[in-house]
Amino acid sequence: MLDKVIKQKLVVIGNGMAGIRTVEALLERAPDLYDITVFGSEPYGNYNRILLSPVLAGEKTVDDIMLNTVDWYEDNNITLRKGETISMIDRRTCEVVTDAGDRVPYDRLLIATGSNPIMLPLPGKELPGVIGFRDIYDVDRMIKASTDYRNAVVIGGGLLGLEAANGLMKRGMNVTVVHLLDTLMERQLDPVAGGLLRKSLEERGMVFKMPAQTQAILGEDRVTGVRFGDGTELPADLVVMAVGIRPNFELAKKAGLYCERGIVVSDTMQTYDGRIYAVGECVQHRRQTYGLVAPLFDQAKVCANHLAMKGFATYDGSVTSTKLKVTGIDLFSAGDFAPGPDKEEIVLQDANRGVYKRIILKDKKIVGAVLYGDTIDGPWYFQHLRDGTDVSHMRERLVFGAANLGEGGVSGQNSVAAMSDETEICGCNGVCKGAIVKAISEKKLFTLDDVRAHTKASSSCGSCTGLVEQVLAFTLGGDYSAAPKVKPLCKCTDHSHDDVRRVIVEQQLKTIPAVMRFMEWKTLNGCHSCRPALNYYLLATWPGEYRDDQQSRFINERVHANIQKDGTYSVVPRMWGGVTTPSELRAIADVAEKFNIPTVKVTGGQRIDLLGVKKEDLPAVWADLNDAGMVSGHAYAKGLRTVKTCVGSEWCRFGTQDSTGLGVKLEKFMWGSWTPAKVKLGVSGCPRNCAEATCKDVGVVCVDSGYEIHFAGAAGLHIKGTEFLTKVETEDECLEVIVALTQLYREEGWYLERMYKWCDRVGLEQIRKRVVDDITNRKALFGRFAYSQQFAQTDPWAERASRGVDRNEFAPLAELELA
Amino acid sequence: MTSWIEIGALDDIPRLGSRVVRTPGGNIAVFRTESDEVFALDDRCPHKGGPLSQGIVHNKRVTCPLHNFVIELASGQAVAPDEGCTHTHPAKVENGVVWLSVRQAAAVS
Repeated sequence: MLDKVIKQKLVVIGNGMAGIRTVEALLERAPDLYDITVFGSEPYGNYNRILLSPVLAGEKTVDDIMLNTVDWYEDNNITLRKGETISMIDRRTCEVVTDAGDRVPYDRLLIATGSNPIMLPLPGKELPGVIGFRDIYDVDRMIKASTDYRNAVVIGGGLLGLEAANGLMKRGMNVTVVHLLDTLMERQLDPVAGGLLRKSLEERGMVFKMPAQTQAILGEDRVTGVRFGDGTELPADLVVMAVGIRPNFELAKKAGLYCERGIVVSDTMQTYDGRIYAVGECVQHRRQTYGLVAPLFDQAKVCANHLAMKGFATYDGSVTSTKLKVTGIDLFSAGDFAPGPDKEEIVLQDANRGVYKRIILKDKKIVGAVLYGDTIDGPWYFQHLRDGTDVSHMRERLVFGAANLGEGGVSGQNSVAAMSDETEICGCNGVCKGAIVKAISEKKLFTLDDVRAHTKASSSCGSCTGLVEQVLAFTLGGDYSAAPKVKPLCKCTDHSHDDVRRVIVEQQLKTIPAVMRFMEWKTLNGCHSCRPALNYYLLATWPGEYRDDQQSRFINERVHANIQKDGTYSVVPRMWGGVTTPSELRAIADVAEKFNIPTVKVTGGQRIDLLGVKKEDLPAVWADLNDAGMVSGHAYAKGLRTVKTCVGSEWCRFGTQDSTGLGVKLEKFMWGSWTPAKVKLGVSGCPRNCAEATCKDVGVVCVDSGYEIHFAGAAGLHIKGTEFLTKVETEDECLEVIVALTQLYREEGWYLERMYKWCDRVGLEQIRKRVVDDITNRKALFGRFAYSQQFAQTDPWAERASRGVDRNEFAPLAELELA
Repeated sequence: MTSWIEIGALDDIPRLGSRVVRTPGGNIAVFRTESDEVFALDDRCPHKGGPLSQGIVHNKRVTCPLHNFVIELASGQAVAPDEGCTHTHPAKVENGVVWLSVRQAAAVS
């Protein structure tokens, strides 16, 4: 056998979070492509730099924050040269040169040199006792100083400065923070929030001198004090400079790579030399530099894709959020909150509760948020900020947060920090706060997806997602890697739902393998998330042409019944508009007795559910129900479920229209259609609304003069009243609008995205424009729905009960009688 | 000693699908991959006993229909970070016919 295939050589300069995250992502994608050598000046493996503050404060140890130990490098065949500094990149010969003069060749080079603390050019800055706050070495020196000395001055009232000051104070020092401006953390906070922060830090014993300019650092053999612009002086045994960081790109610049405020990179994280990539704090991308972790991780992913020669990902920049890592102070800031003529502000200020919230809007979208005291909704605002959601419909309640809008789900908890370890966070999977915190610290988790995979928290209904993100932020100090703003369809691809839907149409892709091939799926047959999504998209795009792939359907849609926890099924026959007859009821009773069906139950959608049917009995059960004139109720489908009605003008003394009749008409027209997620309708005969139409996906409220059409309601995980769409005069018009609305949702919704989520994402006005105002478009939508229905309206039960479709599905392959 | 039992034709199992073989010791799920390999596992997810035969098959894995545990068909192991293991049984295809060898001890109901 050949000794070794000659691999390409990848050299990484910088053993920090950005460089190593890129290497990790590369190993996931192409484990054997490169011989990898990593150079790091520090004598450690890769550690979590954002957790240096808790180490300084004595809340964590250095071991706690190690991300990759030396063993990890060995296990992955990576040569780690720690404690060695690269002094030159020789681009002509493609070699890097160490400070000891050793030359190491590369085929690809990754620069991840991070940043350096800015040291102000003050007289006395080189005195012992004057340090920056950047690495373990600095922290060690600060801890040492705190045992030997009393007085510390921290220059810089930004995030880093305050965290350093807090840590030193916890270690028993007298700390004065000197800040040039009159607002603390002015890049993240407005003056009001800055003032609140100052007040609570002062209550803890921190002293502030601001606005103040430092003029000189005093001392002979060691620092003894600081002198300011106004001539005053302060005694100091330790001076920490935390005025900011500067991208460290000297090496790149010396090698002739184009640099401005950082190493300039393209959307593929390449420098002007195509063999040389750069990621992290040392780069400048689209005029921006970043000093937080989340953007670095986004960059690492893109860079790894290209290094792995799977060149489709691009980095489009990041929106960042910050949280101060000072235990007990809740502070969150995201986006752009500088005042401007085109911006609007919503402010809530409650001095007694110590709560301050400021939401900044521009063009009906959230562009910035500053929260103090109550930060539970930080991730929620941030999500809307990144998604560019049109928030005009919830504007009046926006400042009160997700819970107030019914989006907080059933768990109305607020401050995560105040919760005990036993507090249950995820009600579906019974995961408490302590378990999540433990998993995050022990398993080195950074993202929501990681936490979901390891703990199952927020992996079922998702209503506790905000809380889990809070726990992440709380445990990692806010600088966790938030979910990307464009979400990939699933882990098998980097493409979003919208991308996939668009490409299916543009490229006329008509099978699942064709989509996966064209869009370079990363897995062989996809997974349980993407296959059903692709199947739906193809079905909705090419009605009558696409052959439904049964193996890509969730079991319920494959066998047209709902699987139960014991592997039996439930069967729900359709009852149009919730209306039944004595003979139907008799047939249901007979079936239940004949097949020993243990439970018969009335559902919330006005149907009868037969629970506990054995799989092999399904075709026979259906045959009997078919004989009595009943068909599948599609109670299992991502499709039209039920139309719930009240008795309306036919019986009710208050009824204004024939709500039952309209409900039946809607159901007869729309049954059998597949949709991104389930669709439930309701028709009420008067505004008393007995059919509860205003919490349905689509609801009609009949009034004397016609029909009000509402949509985008929900009454499950989230409770949300519907939005008013329009009012029409006739039943026919009512049907046309509802069908057109459903078709638009079919064409644009993401798989498993309920109608109310779709409306949130696309915007009510957008939808109304195309379904109500533009009548030509409405008719076209209606036409496309009607066309697709001719292929959809076949009773799946009859096909299987009497026409033998999928016979194999219901019978065992063999029965063995073993000894 | 392995005793092989003929259980049916390969074509009777859908590609990326599964069929059940009933035994006195409980159901065994027989899976067929895209490339026509077959695997046999007890039809019980190690998590909460869900019928794996009803799951979506992808590559050489199946996702349990109850709570989305993903199980390796070859080893019966849950894919990390989930934990657990389902018993496997030897299975093979010869000339379009599927053979199964039931490991008695494994077949618990």
